[in-house]
Amino acid sequence: MSMAIQACALTVALGGRTVLHNIELRITPGRWTCVVGPNGAGKSTLLKALAGLLPVTGEVFWLGQPLANLSRQQRALQMAWLGQGESAALDLRVFDVVMLGRLPHQGWLTAPSTQDHAMVEAALKATQAWAWCDRTLGELSGGERQRVLLARVLAGHAPLLLMDEPLANLDPPHQVDWLEQVHCLRSVGTTVVSVLHEIGMALHADDIIVMREGQVIHHGGAMDAVTHQAIEAVFERRIRIVPLQGQWVVLPRI
Amino acid sequence: MDRSVPEPDRQGGAMKPRWRVLRWSLALLLLGLLGVLGGTAVGSQGVQAWWLGSPDPVVHQIIWDIRLPRSLGAWLGGALLGLAGAIAQGLFRNPLADPYLLGSASGASLGVSLYVSLLGGSVMALGWWPRLGMTGAAFAGAVLAVMLTLFLARGVQQTLRLLLAGVVVGVVLGALASLVALMSPQVMQTMQGFLLGSTAFIGWSACGLMALALGVCLCGSWALSRVLDALTLGESTALSLGVPLPQARLLLVGMLSLATGAVVAQMGLVAFVGLAAPHAVRSVVRCTHSGVLLLSALTGAALLLMADVLARSLTAPLEMPVGVLTAVLGGAYLLWRMNRLAGGRS
Repeated sequence: MSMAIQACALTVALGGRTVLHNIELRITPGRWTCVVGPNGAGKSTLLKALAGLLPVTGEVFWLGQPLANLSRQQRALQMAWLGQGESAALDLRVFDVVMLGRLPHQGWLTAPSTQDHAMVEAALKATQAWAWCDRTLGELSGGERQRVLLARVLAGHAPLLLMDEPLANLDPPHQVDWLEQVHCLRSVGTTVVSVLHEIGMALHADDIIVMREGQVIHHGGAMDAVTHQAIEAVFERRIRIVPLQGQWVVLPRI
Repeated sequence: MDRSVPEPDRQGGAMKPRWRVLRWSLALLLLGLLGVLGGTAVGSQGVQAWWLGSPDPVVHQIIWDIRLPRSLGAWLGGALLGLAGAIAQGLFRNPLADPYLLGSASGASLGVSLYVSLLGGSVMALGWWPRLGMTGAAFAGAVLAVMLTLFLARGVQQTLRLLLAGVVVGVVLGALASLVALMSPQVMQTMQGFLLGSTAFIGWSACGLMALALGVCLCGSWALSRVLDALTLGESTALSLGVPLPQARLLLVGMLSLATGAVVAQMGLVAFVGLAAPHAVRSVVRCTHSGVLLLSALTGAALLLMADVLARSLTAPLEMPVGVLTAVLGGAYLLWRMNRLAGGRS
């Protein structure tokens, strides 16, 4: 069985500095994998490199195919990307933003089909953002905007979903909504990879990748004691991971 | 918490923007048509000559060979500036971007000042051929300046480098143009006229050139409007959506330069139209870039044409340079909008 995403000897240099060192990674399809680690560990760079958005040395495979062999459109159909704080112009309507998620499915200059409209509506309803479909991004708060951008990603229905800090600005109820969304996506076979700073949320994932200084320190199940130890170690033992009512929670070690 | 899905607060999210764009386009086109008609009626031979269809061949010539191409030229030039402004603001993802960003303005003024100082005389007083040469010099200067900017920025892929290189080229070439003007005093007056912008010398050939440039740039940028939409979400996101970003950038920079070069060559540096038109559009109509591009062109056209008619009638029989009027009006508009934005935030 081919891996959803595979990286072989992946090295990335940004501005003359090597940010990722020789990374080997195999991400199983249909699972939710979280990347955690301290600031500057190279989490976002790893995600971008896996998404094919950075010049890299080494090889990346999606669903068993070398990334270099895929055309622009094939890539866009297979992978949806949610970046971190990238949006600059805020004049676009919410509906049009989410319609951009359907871009890989549309021909050049062809108008959106009724199916596109239906998918956009469904995605906006899934993130409880349908009510604002005629507003512009500039008229929304940070968390509301994040829900719209999430809907944009969902509308593409790609088998691979890469998200960098998707919980930024979301209030607790919508963080839980996001968690349910990811569980739902996983149940239909979507592979989700996300960078998260909220370790407590990351512990709900299937697998966890622990990073430090441009290297993968550990890659294992989110329930495993070894993974928990790796996380505690990478955060200088300033946090503790303890069980509580059948879930794992993170406590500061004071 | 309520998990039911609330309905949109403003109804009909999908279909409405297209009608809004269409309505505004028709209104602006009508305004442009009225402006062209008005423009042909303003001047020494007033409305009645035009209205009564005077048999006098002089009046006929004034209207058909001077006023009509001039008004039409103002409309076309304004459209090119508005379109170029919308392209620049979308491409650089910066609401302060304007058509002269890549150094084309100072390149054109350097071209003109060199040409005039070489010719050694007041070009405004001369016939059509030196005038045409000045247009060529301005266009060549604008194109060379943009190419210099692209060379310094090592291509079009890094927008920040491109912006900085444009600023550097603009400052240096502007200084050189001033130096040339300073060394030969007879150039000064012509240069002043050019820097303020004027529609006084637009003939039918200039109209044809600008119409051609407008057609190319409007169709081309409209075909790439989804790239501009995708770019609003950031470069990585645009790439992840399968947008051919490098090629699209190259084409958009090309169209931006063509549009700006064509206008600058025909009527000098007309201020603020390219900056204000896209802002005005976005403050009134919410739509994607396909709408913003079209409406910005039509708005810029109507703005410059009305400014031209005003410039000719306010201080008649004297004539104000139209660039002064657009600068004053555009500046006032942006100030008002700035205050409104600040007021809305507090």
